[in-house]
Amino acid sequence: MKQAEFLSVVMPFKDKLYRLAKRLLVSREEAEDATQEILLKLWAKNESMAEYKNVEAFAMTMTKNFCLDRLKSKQASNLKLVHSNYQDESTSLQKQLEAEDSIGWMERIMEELPEQQKMVLQLRDVEQYDFDEICALMEMKPTAVRVALSRARKTVRQELIKKHSYGIG
Amino acid sequence: MELDNIEKLLEKYFEATTTIAEEQELQTYFSQKDVAAHLEQYRPMFNFFSNAKEERYTKQVPLKPRKNYYKWISVAAVAVLTFGIYFGNQYRERQQAEYAYQETKKAFELLAENFGKGTEKVAYLQEFEVAKQKIYNNN
Repeated sequence: MKQAEFLSVVMPFKDKLYRLAKRLLVSREEAEDATQEILLKLWAKNESMAEYKNVEAFAMTMTKNFCLDRLKSKQASNLKLVHSNYQDESTSLQKQLEAEDSIGWMERIMEELPEQQKMVLQLRDVEQYDFDEICALMEMKPTAVRVALSRARKTVRQELIKKHSYGIG
Repeated sequence: MELDNIEKLLEKYFEATTTIAEEQELQTYFSQKDVAAHLEQYRPMFNFFSNAKEERYTKQVPLKPRKNYYKWISVAAVAVLTFGIYFGNQYRERQQAEYAYQETKKAFELLAENFGKGTEKVAYLQEFEVAKQKIYNNN
């Protein structure tokens, strides 16, 4: 597969990969790195890419697994402390700036969700995948996907109502 | 009627039983300006989702055509090596020949020089002959 051909296959969904990575890893730089890593991995496999029925689903699964690994290894290493300290400062500044910004609230509410719910919500409400695709991607049963999605949406609603009735949180 | 429908859809939405088309409907409802006051609280949620969809990955990915690259590099290296050995050999042979030629030339020069000395000395013999002739003629 030539470079141009590869790009034409990958272009339509590269933003989706990035958004999923960002949802999971939060930091923009890390999400960019992760996306680049996935795209390079795909490129290295470009010979066998024609065999995959659905390159997009395959790439999304790769991204999901890569980011989860990334989170796991970050939790295990000491680096996390340094990184989160650094992050904390910047978000607290951001928090002040975004105090009135409802999108900022939503961003933070989504950050609080468990990873699985986060991903299901991202795949459904942002990327609008249908249930079969989400089941395949997440390796979950349809009922489990529905439960996770419903819980995620309800948690978001609860948090929003809290913010809404208290005013600025 | 419209509002009724939206409320029903919202209920279904939180039970995760809506279809994608129905969710689209909710999104369009919440993206318009006038939303019913008691539904206002859901607006950030749907706005966030449609907003999040706009995020783009803008970094360039350095895709190198690596396979062909290495192959052609090795081909080029072999070609250079072959030429190098071939012409290198030729060059060395030429150098050797040149050296042999110079040495031979030197040897011949030496010989010639010595011959030259010999003939110089023979020139004196000529002088002797002349003197001898003079004496003969006088007598």
